[in-house]
Amino acid sequence: MCLAVPVKVIAINDELATVEVRGVTREASLMLLPEAKVGDYVLVHAGFAMQIVTENDVRETNELWAEMNGAERTVGAIEALNEDERRTIERLRAGK
Amino acid sequence: METNETHKVSDRALAGKLVEEIDRLTRPLGRKVRYMEVCGTHTVSIFRAGLRQLLPPQIELVSGPGCPVCVTPDSYMDKAIAYAKELDTIIATFGDMLKVPGSESSLSEAMAAGADIRVVYSPLDSLKIAKENPNKTVIFLAVGFETTAPTAAAAVIAAKRAGLKNLFMLSAQKLIPPAMKLLLDDERTNVDGFLLPGHVAVVTGSDAFLFLARDYHKPGVVAGFEAVEILRAIYRLAQMTTAGEARVENEYDKVVSREGNGAAQRAMYDVYEAVDTPWRGLGDIPASGLRMRDEWQSFDIERVRPIEVNVKPNKAKSLCRCGEVLKGQIVPQECPLFAKACVPEHAIGPCMVSVEGVCAAHYKYGGGKFKYGA
Amino acid sequence: MAHDVIEMAHGAGGRMGGELMREVIFPAIGNDILAEMHDGAHVNVSGNIAMTTDSYVVKPIFFRGGSIGRLAVCGTVNDLAMTGAMARYLTLALILEEGFPIDELRRVLADVRKAADEADVKIVTGDTKVVGRGAGDGIYINTAGVGDIVDGADIAPKNIRAGMDIIVSGYLGDHAATIMAARHGISLPESIKTDAAPLKSLVASMLATSKNIAVMRDPTRGGVAAVLNELAGQAGVGMLIDEDKLPVREEVRGVCDLLGFDPLNLANEGKLIAIVKREDTEKILAAMRNHPLGEHATVIGTTTKEGAGEVGLRTPLGSIRMVEMPMGGLVPRIC
Repeated sequence: MCLAVPVKVIAINDELATVEVRGVTREASLMLLPEAKVGDYVLVHAGFAMQIVTENDVRETNELWAEMNGAERTVGAIEALNEDERRTIERLRAGK
Repeated sequence: METNETHKVSDRALAGKLVEEIDRLTRPLGRKVRYMEVCGTHTVSIFRAGLRQLLPPQIELVSGPGCPVCVTPDSYMDKAIAYAKELDTIIATFGDMLKVPGSESSLSEAMAAGADIRVVYSPLDSLKIAKENPNKTVIFLAVGFETTAPTAAAAVIAAKRAGLKNLFMLSAQKLIPPAMKLLLDDERTNVDGFLLPGHVAVVTGSDAFLFLARDYHKPGVVAGFEAVEILRAIYRLAQMTTAGEARVENEYDKVVSREGNGAAQRAMYDVYEAVDTPWRGLGDIPASGLRMRDEWQSFDIERVRPIEVNVKPNKAKSLCRCGEVLKGQIVPQECPLFAKACVPEHAIGPCMVSVEGVCAAHYKYGGGKFKYGA
Repeated sequence: MAHDVIEMAHGAGGRMGGELMREVIFPAIGNDILAEMHDGAHVNVSGNIAMTTDSYVVKPIFFRGGSIGRLAVCGTVNDLAMTGAMARYLTLALILEEGFPIDELRRVLADVRKAADEADVKIVTGDTKVVGRGAGDGIYINTAGVGDIVDGADIAPKNIRAGMDIIVSGYLGDHAATIMAARHGISLPESIKTDAAPLKSLVASMLATSKNIAVMRDPTRGGVAAVLNELAGQAGVGMLIDEDKLPVREEVRGVCDLLGFDPLNLANEGKLIAIVKREDTEKILAAMRNHPLGEHATVIGTTTKEGAGEVGLRTPLGSIRMVEMPMGGLVPRIC
């Protein structure tokens, strides 16, 4: 049950954004995404903006294409780490 | 095909290449490779894009318990219908719920009999209905997974702020990871990896699925919903299967982060707490459901105005194999009711009711094997 | 008129009924035949005729580009046109809810008149009934129509064979998208409105060009998906359409994205699907594109021997999936 669409924020009035997709507009609540700004692309589900969309499709697609043709893997590299590794990194980040 | 930074490879070319790579990676295994998509929206995308037809025969896609309408038990529908029949009540619901059968009837039958049931697009619409009808009890049917639960929570928070006293929730939201653990603890469940639900992960973050690799040594890839995005995730799964690796990767990082959406998580856990809950076909699963915390009980219709229902046992339903379908243990065609007694117009099992139900998808899209002489 | 809203007495014959007719209905849609005020209309027809009837219930009653009045005329005129008949006379039955504003009735009737003039048909007889408050949605309309069948036209599903072209007359889904947007708080640009239009003259020019039109249908409720499934079932052939060739406006796709609809399931009120012999496809397309209602006519697919009774859709990735018969009742999904 998770139909969600990327839309563009074109106006914000308090907690309510006007969002636009393919030339049509409607309202979406920013209660769950207060950091959204006018001009951002956001993912909307059931009337709520849920996340800011970072658009990197063209670059990623080209890198994937290159990878499939023999280049080093550069995309999708956000491999989730296991808990231990994560804790280690967090410790390092915290300077401990 | 040549490509550079300014020209995007066409989706068709990219899909073709991905399928080729998936085949190259998995063919040497000499066996079927089974991946489960956990999200019903993925199920629909896979059928609508005809992906089963494009993928090599050794790749089998099975559908897991990711359709919230499908896993909502009879008792919930019966309660919703019982509330709907009360004279001072307006039920606000997502359209997806209308045709789901309870043990005796459905919301759309109750609607035909005069109940005031309104289809809404957002939980916020139910606030508007409550404001416009101060003398009515407005009940929002809060179903859904982690993607949707924060929106219902936000509606409750907004209702409290607005001082609304006539808006209530009938809650049956569910959490995905506990259901996946249940599947993986069942040795009959036979899958090589998981297409992870992208929009659930928007809220939970991809880290919520780390248990897959850590505890079960199964790979999982967070996937978007475009055909090509799904193929990309299958390609990553195939790489790991071939290498015998199990990691949780994220192929939907344009919206999914490791931590997820903090504001949404806070809203959800401010209003709700995890409790054991029954899933249709799967039984009770520990800490897999959401119940309103005591501080919010004045918005919980089951506590404000409890209602008793007698769930009628049903003979045809006892033949329904939805549970095994949901676990990926059988395909819908193996159920004795499929396409015979159970069709979308007169569904017995919920997997046939919902547009994203596994059985409905198999029924409507011909099992995805529509060859058409092509 | 002494009253602002419809009262029960307006439907009970007698003085108030007469007043409604004289002051509201006749001035809007009157003509020489209706003026006779008989229990029935006497009209001249000869040769082969076609008849049809349809009832109209729609919410909201007024929407961008039209109203229930426009639909009631266009729908019946188009049903006749789809059988190869040119509508000449219509009946008009109004079922009004007590309390319905007379001003709104005037607006609906003005739309009836405008559409009837566009279609060159006359409203020759009618009826008015009033139901109690709460028993209706303001206004329901039934129209029936009679029309002459164009000489030599043989329009029937049994004429469909494999290897024919499937044509649509223009952009799909404008009507349903307009209605759904109004219902669910979506704003559309001015350019998107209902496509409700009488297709009579478009069909006349198509049939004047070629008699090699096996069948025509207007994809109203259930949209293109419903029509093609019906025809495939009736004719026992397969249909294969191309997703990339479907004419759908960007904004209509936007409405579909937001509400989880498939453009193939959206209702149209001024579009037709024609299945034609391939040798005449170009000729028929040219005739259609010369007509304002067929400017964007295009071939979306073909009929096939394979997949008899089924409709397939070639996706942009090159795979083929089935197009199912819609269940009916468009509700926004979030799944």
